[in-house]
Amino acid sequence: MALTTEEVNKIAYLARLGVDEKDVDSYAKELSGILNLVEQMSSVNTEHVTPMAHPMDQVQRLRADEVTEDDQRALFQAQAPEIEAGLYLVPKVID
Amino acid sequence: MHNQTIAELAKGLQAGEFSSQELTTAHLARIKQHRELNCFITVTEVEAIAQAKIADQLISDGKAGPLTGIPLAHKDIFCTQGIKTSCGSKMLDNFQAPYNATVIERFNQAGAVTLGKLNMDEFAMGSSNETSFFGSVKNPWDHSAVPGGSSGGSACAVAARLAVGATGTDTGGSIRQPAAFCGITGLKPTYGRVSRYGMIAFASSLDQGGPMTRTVEDAALMLQTMAGFDSRDSTSVDKPVPDYSKDLNDSLAGLKIGLPKEFFGDNLNAQMAQVVEEAIAEYTRLGAEVVEVSMPNINLSIPAYYIVAPAECSANLSRFDGVRYGHRCEAPEDLNDLYIRSRGEGFGAEVKRRILIGTYALSTGYYDAYYLQAQKIRRLISDDFKKVLSEVDVLMGPVTPTPAFGLGEKTGDPIEMYLSDMYTIAVNLAGLPALSIPAGFVDHKPVGLQIIGNYFDEARLLNVAHRYQQETDWHQQAPADIE
Repeated sequence: MALTTEEVNKIAYLARLGVDEKDVDSYAKELSGILNLVEQMSSVNTEHVTPMAHPMDQVQRLRADEVTEDDQRALFQAQAPEIEAGLYLVPKVID
Repeated sequence: MHNQTIAELAKGLQAGEFSSQELTTAHLARIKQHRELNCFITVTEVEAIAQAKIADQLISDGKAGPLTGIPLAHKDIFCTQGIKTSCGSKMLDNFQAPYNATVIERFNQAGAVTLGKLNMDEFAMGSSNETSFFGSVKNPWDHSAVPGGSSGGSACAVAARLAVGATGTDTGGSIRQPAAFCGITGLKPTYGRVSRYGMIAFASSLDQGGPMTRTVEDAALMLQTMAGFDSRDSTSVDKPVPDYSKDLNDSLAGLKIGLPKEFFGDNLNAQMAQVVEEAIAEYTRLGAEVVEVSMPNINLSIPAYYIVAPAECSANLSRFDGVRYGHRCEAPEDLNDLYIRSRGEGFGAEVKRRILIGTYALSTGYYDAYYLQAQKIRRLISDDFKKVLSEVDVLMGPVTPTPAFGLGEKTGDPIEMYLSDMYTIAVNLAGLPALSIPAGFVDHKPVGLQIIGNYFDEARLLNVAHRYQQETDWHQQAPADIE
């Protein structure tokens, strides 16, 4: 399985991940290598095997619908690059 | 003082032979003296001395526990309130966690002292500590070798006696492999035993925090504080925590040890095999019975892991978007540009590789072939473990195929690097507990023995490992230039 540079660019866009144009070739090569490594899996017949998502096969624990946390917005927003009036700021999305 | 264990230091503190402030100051001085090792990302000198003062008061009030006043250090993946928590990444170089991880909270409550935050592979992705934004860590036994990873700073700090014990996290071997490379004891608990709250997520179904110490006795003391149910972690298991120190000295007569033959194949360096075989011979002298077992699917661990872990990583790391915290690029043109450049600038090459692989494996048209197939193979591997662990008490084998490799030796080839975790990864896929203890040397570099146990059987693992440390002194040896 070999990935093309176009595919790498497409995946990088899906992940919203900037990749330098000069590095795309080496990513294509390295990612193809990783896909070759995982290719071994395709030879195994797993038709009747139940997929394992989690080691404990747990179900989501439920709790009473009660407020358990205090409002810490100001504390958390102290880490934000840009805020105003309690809101996170990003570049304009709608003109 | 720095050559003593947690158990010994606790006695000295409680007998008033020295204070926690003296002990803490001595370790802070050692950290400065050994800066070349690059173990620490942040040293919290002021906070440490303040904690030591409080600990000394607790001790004089007769309220001390076994960790009160003991100087520890934490992998920089655990959130520490008001203190930089970088996860080894440029992305979080400016991040001061607004809260403490549960593990940190528990150590604080036990009165332990935090010396600082330890270097690690970026977002715990790496096997050599070389992917850290803050530079690689040196192996204290050989400065031209890696300390292992991703908890490389933790392993190095404990081996070099800069901290008495440290925390690490293990997603595919990140506690056991650096413990082996640096000649210390490292325990990866059962998945769900130690809270993941405030532990920055890499692969949520695999990540587990654990202790890294010089002795098994100390690992038991640290685990005692770390383990237990936490309602803030939805995967924390609500199961009583046994007394991990109580059965350390139990006899091993009749213990059944399984040796997975797949762990002793051609990939294992011959001298490494010899060290592991000698360690196993010690166990037969202690009365254990050794049988060969087979785990036919274990060779599929690396392929399954390199889909499952990147898939979970690509989802987990989507939170780093330059909006709420972490790195933001300069002057973004629009929202997409903000995401793309902030993430592109904030993440290093290995993290990017894993996000890309994970995104690809989860994308339309590839999900069944990669992610679903990997989850099915994960089941087969887990079933292999279940079967053999119904026949034997513990499994033993090497931790790594070779001793610590050279700095820069494998950075050019990600797959070569991935293969160095071939003996540790399967345990994470199954969620089992396992530990690494020092068992000898090859080329003057430490070699680890891996012991794998059944779910929530940490007490037995600690017992089995402790008895070995009563018969051998590999764990007491120190690197040559560590006085």
